Amino acid sequence: MRDVKVSLVGFGIVGHGVVDVLSRKRELLREMGLNLRLVSVTDHTGTVTSEDGVDAKKILGERTLANVATSSMKGKEAIDAIDSDLMIEVTPTNIVHGQPGLGHMEAALASGKHVVTSNKGPLVVSYGRLKKLAEENGVMLKFEATVGGTMPLISLVERTLVGNAILGVRGIFNGTCNYILTRMAEEGIPYAHALSEAQDMGIAEADPSYDVEGVDTAGKVVILANSLFDMNIKYSDVDVTGITGVTPEALALAKKRGYAIKLIGDVPALTVRPTLVPLDSPLAVAGTLNSAAIYTDLSGTITVSGLGAGSIETASAILTDITSIYRTKRIDAIF
Amino acid sequence: MRLSMDLELQDVPGQLLLAMQPLSDNKANIISVVHHRDRKTPRGMIPVRFIVEMDRSRIEAVKARLKESGISVVRAGEDRFIESVSVVLVGHVLDSDLGDTINRIDSTGFAEVMDLSLTMPGVSEHSSAYLKIRATGKAEIHKALTILRNVGEEKKLLVIEPIEMEAV
Repeated sequence: MRDVKVSLVGFGIVGHGVVDVLSRKRELLREMGLNLRLVSVTDHTGTVTSEDGVDAKKILGERTLANVATSSMKGKEAIDAIDSDLMIEVTPTNIVHGQPGLGHMEAALASGKHVVTSNKGPLVVSYGRLKKLAEENGVMLKFEATVGGTMPLISLVERTLVGNAILGVRGIFNGTCNYILTRMAEEGIPYAHALSEAQDMGIAEADPSYDVEGVDTAGKVVILANSLFDMNIKYSDVDVTGITGVTPEALALAKKRGYAIKLIGDVPALTVRPTLVPLDSPLAVAGTLNSAAIYTDLSGTITVSGLGAGSIETASAILTDITSIYRTKRIDAIF
Repeated sequence: MRLSMDLELQDVPGQLLLAMQPLSDNKANIISVVHHRDRKTPRGMIPVRFIVEMDRSRIEAVKARLKESGISVVRAGEDRFIESVSVVLVGHVLDSDLGDTINRIDSTGFAEVMDLSLTMPGVSEHSSAYLKIRATGKAEIHKALTILRNVGEEKKLLVIEPIEMEAV
């Protein structure tokens, strides 16, 4: 049995999902030989610690840790003080300066902890530096959940498609935009109406600009370019156009000729643009789904689709990353 | 430049080879040959269509050589628009001089706008247009799209291009 002490930093929507999934899958993971112990949960109000594992039932009902914290430690202070093998970083993303996640990841990697994250910001801002820090300290940095949520993409390329040259990746990487465009096309309603419907349903934020202006998709393009294509690019290298200019008339004209309009991120072209996608293409998924076409030299084009966001779904991708770290030496190793 | 050539060959052995020699001598890269044995002309000739990639300036030399060999050239050198692409434009499509936008494509000689639909929901609102552009080859399609992208930037139009279905 491999005993792994896990600390969680960030207790928002995804953080709750992680606590829930780790608790639900505890027995299954033990059967696989992996004993994950959640020794601490930290948010902006404090930290809950427990050597035997934090009781999910005690904290899942709380919106923040303010009422249940056993310590006032926050952020880096908590990361340095708590003895763990692996940190899950799920604080809110900021793709301009990457904080607070960037500082959290640097502290964890520097002290020899593996890092698993759904937080795009730090990776967009300084992927190269974080990767180097992980290598120097002999630990892993895993971030499947940052692109396409639960849809397998990075692990699919790195593991299953190993040996293939990856020629490009194009896809729908933002469920909010895809939902809005889908509703506009289905109902012939203007952008503003579809947006407010998405906001009512909790699919779009009160300030939707991060999604609808293509910022989020561009962040994912940066992560894919740097991690799968070794491109060493910045956010400003991506040519970004969002969906706010798309009209229901444009969608109707496109549909008549057999096309959907989707916000497509393209690597290595480094573009994010509303794009015509044939309705019969496997990329043309509807609603909040994400999709990605991976162009390879040996396997041709492989298309995947799945839920790009959501508490439990994102936690699922995080769990995949955690198990893959410990599987490296057990199942997939070449001896 | 991609060109097409319609020839008529006599129904005797060796004619196709005879027709290909001048093309080869003038460094034409043959893209396709369609040999219509089943569609003989009233004079008993066999129509053949070549599509070749070659320098346009050599076309007259090829025609002359073919005639010397007794092969009749029905039509040669007219560009054939063999690739097409769909594009959607959003913005003040009409007010930003739609005629000029189309002309920028048509004036290239290698591409033209062959289909256009326009939807205008209101006077001050953005209109949307569907355009089908055809061109003489894939490279020319990309050139036409680049022109349209630049026009879009200049006229503040959102240019929605089709996704590339292959890795570029």
